[in-house]
Amino acid sequence: MENSLKVLRAARNWSQSDLADRLGVSRQSVNAIETGKYDPSLPLAFRIAELFGLTIEQVFVSPTQHHSRAI
Amino acid sequence: MFNARTPAHRRYVRRVFVAMLGYLVTFASADYLLSRDLVNGAAAWVLAVVPALCVASVFWALGRLVIEETDEYQRMLLVRQLLVATGLTMVAVTIWGFLSDFDMVAPARGFYPVWIFFFSLGIGALVNKLTVGDSGGC
Repeated sequence: MENSLKVLRAARNWSQSDLADRLGVSRQSVNAIETGKYDPSLPLAFRIAELFGLTIEQVFVSPTQHHSRAI
Repeated sequence: MFNARTPAHRRYVRRVFVAMLGYLVTFASADYLLSRDLVNGAAAWVLAVVPALCVASVFWALGRLVIEETDEYQRMLLVRQLLVATGLTMVAVTIWGFLSDFDMVAPARGFYPVWIFFFSLGIGALVNKLTVGDSGGC
């Protein structure tokens, strides 16, 4: 799932490990989410959004919206 | 295999280490005592079963890892790895079973599937690496 995690993280000068520590997950998890290889569960998506003080929709692009944009 | 990424994985590595140490000690003891007929009766049965229980405890450790892993991405990798290993083991056992039923190969020893499963865990990690990009799991 497309997301702005990398941009949000870079804006705070956090490494993937920094973000992983703040979320309580492994660095591999952050990398997999950032690159869109893994879609987080709803609870983890909420944790990510709340960490940046944003809503889920501001961090993650809905797959259906992404699809309709492509059309 | 021993790249512990999470607290749950570190506990898993410790448990497997203890189980394997127990296996080496109990297997060596059982082999020495039973091959020389130094122990008989119920004690011999216990001696023969204890190494198997040590190996079985690795399956318990794998189960605990699935339950205790709080990192959902790592847990997904682990579950995928276990599914690959279980599937490959079932396929190997089924094929060998039919081949031996038709007298084309000798019947396999009971614990061979265990070693196939452990070997298949490595294949599962490789499948994860090739498809998801991280080997993960155990």
